[in-house]
Amino acid sequence: MNAILNPDKLGLTRRDAIVTATVAGGALAIGACSPAQVLAMGAPDADFGAFGPFVRIAPDGTVTAVSKHIEFGQGTATGLAAVVAEEMDADWDKVTIDLAPGNTKAYANTLMGIQGTGGSTAMNEAWTQMRQAGAAARAMFVQAAADTWKVAPADITVKNGVVHGPGGKSATFAELLPAAAKVAPPQKPVLKDPKDFTLIGTARVTRRDSRAKSTGAPLFTQDVHEPGMLTAVVLHSPRFGGKLKSFDAAAAKKVSGVVDVFEIPTGVAVVAQNTYAARKGREALTNVQWDDAKAEMRSSDQILAAYKTMAADPKADWTAFETKGDATTAFAGPNVQHFTYDFPYLAHAAMEPMNCVAWVDGNKCKLKFASQIPTLDQMNLAAVVGTLPGAIQIETLYAGGSFGRRGCIDSDYVVECVRIAKQVGGNKPVKLVWTREDDMTGGRYRPMAHHDVQVAVGADGYPVAWRHRVVIQSFMKGTAMGGMAKLDKLTVEGVAGSPYFKAIPVVDAQVATPTSPVTTLWWRSVGATHTAMVMEHTLDQLAMKAKIDPVAYRRALYTKAGADKHLKVLNLAAEKAGWGKPLKDGWARGVAVHESFGSVCANVAEVKRDKGGEPKVRRAISVIDCGVAVAPDQVAAQLEGGLNYGLSAGLFGQITLKDGLVRQTNFDGYRVLRMNEAPAIESYIVPSAAHPTGVGEPGTPVIIPAVANALLAGGHGATTSLPFVKS
Amino acid sequence: MTTQLDINGKTYPVAADPDTPLLWVLRDELHLTGTKYGCGIAACGACTVHADGQPIRSCQAPVGSLAGMKITTIEGLNGAHPIQAAWVKHDVPQCGYCQSGQIMSAVALVKDKPKPTDAEIDAAMAGNICRCGAYPRIRAAIKDAAGQHASSAKVA
Repeated sequence: MNAILNPDKLGLTRRDAIVTATVAGGALAIGACSPAQVLAMGAPDADFGAFGPFVRIAPDGTVTAVSKHIEFGQGTATGLAAVVAEEMDADWDKVTIDLAPGNTKAYANTLMGIQGTGGSTAMNEAWTQMRQAGAAARAMFVQAAADTWKVAPADITVKNGVVHGPGGKSATFAELLPAAAKVAPPQKPVLKDPKDFTLIGTARVTRRDSRAKSTGAPLFTQDVHEPGMLTAVVLHSPRFGGKLKSFDAAAAKKVSGVVDVFEIPTGVAVVAQNTYAARKGREALTNVQWDDAKAEMRSSDQILAAYKTMAADPKADWTAFETKGDATTAFAGPNVQHFTYDFPYLAHAAMEPMNCVAWVDGNKCKLKFASQIPTLDQMNLAAVVGTLPGAIQIETLYAGGSFGRRGCIDSDYVVECVRIAKQVGGNKPVKLVWTREDDMTGGRYRPMAHHDVQVAVGADGYPVAWRHRVVIQSFMKGTAMGGMAKLDKLTVEGVAGSPYFKAIPVVDAQVATPTSPVTTLWWRSVGATHTAMVMEHTLDQLAMKAKIDPVAYRRALYTKAGADKHLKVLNLAAEKAGWGKPLKDGWARGVAVHESFGSVCANVAEVKRDKGGEPKVRRAISVIDCGVAVAPDQVAAQLEGGLNYGLSAGLFGQITLKDGLVRQTNFDGYRVLRMNEAPAIESYIVPSAAHPTGVGEPGTPVIIPAVANALLAGGHGATTSLPFVKS
Repeated sequence: MTTQLDINGKTYPVAADPDTPLLWVLRDELHLTGTKYGCGIAACGACTVHADGQPIRSCQAPVGSLAGMKITTIEGLNGAHPIQAAWVKHDVPQCGYCQSGQIMSAVALVKDKPKPTDAEIDAAMAGNICRCGAYPRIRAAIKDAAGQHASSAKVA
């Protein structure tokens, strides 16, 4: 199981939260209370109405489900609404969705303790809560009908938003609404027996936002227009860690439409009447000097070389994360194999570059944007405007992708927007627009990583000892989320907890986390982006040396480890792929299996190198066990999209630095997967009645080792660095 | 200087400099925000509109070059195009940000080639990036709208 961002467990201690709140709010006397309570301080009392924070019912009977999670493509808002509708017996075709505003008290993620979307937790953490919200609303309508008709609640049924009683009596939610709203919500609403579900798990659970997203509706931060709104762009340091020394704004201020130009901590802000003028104003800045004394001046090749040196240095600052057996003599035998892997920085490159709209008036601050972790944004902004976190108002909009980028621990672009809006002042709306170049060169990358693996192999061809060294930057350590913990679990998740280790007597796994001014962050599937490749490609190389089929090799290890879920997912993937049936014309299959965010996912890829030498994937199988699949077609959509996102990174993804300068500035340099490179994908869900687990991320990392393993099987050798296609 | 633009059948007098890309006039002046900014260098397709029926990247089309041409944006389809219906039927969008551009490219494709082959779909759609990776559904929806058999994702 991957680390979940629980502030109690992962560093944001009560003490940290109190300190933050104290800093933000001045002299505050806070007694013992939870971080969520502290972080909600300053929030106005919210009146959610009779049905609570998750359900609203309009006079015409329209049911609106409030999604506590942001919708950035993963389909969560639809899934959560379906859970509410199921327990309510609402008319699903008429259910609408609102995204919850920032409100830590009402909408905290039950696994994180703060309001936020991440770690593929949405359905996992909200499943029971949404069922209860729907069931409570249903019970209120049933009670209202029972009182009106003078019958027992047990004699009442509900279907598609219509309440039915004995003798053919019936009434709609709209008709019963005034009475239902007066019924006290049940403390412990009775939930349905899952065998009585009529919506959950069916093909009827289709997205609620497809129509709006197919007609160009203004859902996104980029689309916000407000009366008197100004648009800002910022000139940032070209190097990570660089600081503005001086600049000349005279020419920029003369550009038609430019309103103001001023310094902010992250660079030079150009504020204008519209986006184009702001961009032209930025281009007109002259004599801009940066202080690079604390900047990263190295090239990414040099950083990687330093990682490799560190990996070979027993005296480096290592932290053990999996240790069993006696490693001192385990690697003395004749059959020890050595593997190394290099991973580049990756940009999230969401289609909508980062942006935000803010109003600041004194210490009052309001925002409209796609906030992924509202509580963190509120915390960070409270310190900027001098108020309490809960007093920061956030209206949540749909995001044009994120893949983790909008969940930035220090709220980088959000803070930048609010600093500009604060300087503009007067409650004037300011939209900060990052250009694609700002977004791509702006850091918060999936960290670069180097893995060094030694495996001692027994006479039967299976591992008997596993030594693992990971060198990677930590983006958690020392932050509000990571605190002072020595081990950042996100750096090693997927090596840590590997099912293979249960089948290997000796394990010695350690991590070192060098620092750099280059900023890094979680990136769809986080640690698994590299650990899945390392574990699964190593497995295939071991299997090949042992002359054992890769599927059979895994089966043996999973059986020994008692990893039943892995076994089931692997078997279904192998069956659907036609594993073992020969392929012609140079095509080869590769398999990989990886658990992340509580779900196990397997991929089989059919791969061939094309004439130019690039791997071409023509067909891919993706199988997941994610517990109850609330919206099976959306799970399939996540397997398809997640696979393509991972494949894009595996084939082409890399951010490189030369003398500290990012070389890829837009989609011309940062190549991503396109229609002609996307495989045909077949998705399968293992039937399950278990509590729902992650879906948005587990489908991403598995394709990379599946492709590497297909290339290995196809006679192209082992892959030791990504991306597959070097530019 | 004012440029007269014909957008979705309406005439708009546009005061912006003739070198201003159509994208920013659409979005910031006319508030036709269905057309998206994605890259600004014609590398992602999010800003695709039609000029006299041909797909163009509006981020690279100065308004001064478009006088007299008939511009159609996603709003000009009025939500009534069979491609849009197919997009909804297949639940193509994930985040949805690129979909206006995808749809405009697809509409131009099926107008030109009513029964596009896979290779024709590849050629027409390769200029439109979808970071959510909804490519299989984009392909299926185009084929469906074109009256061809299209199997959506299989779910066991």
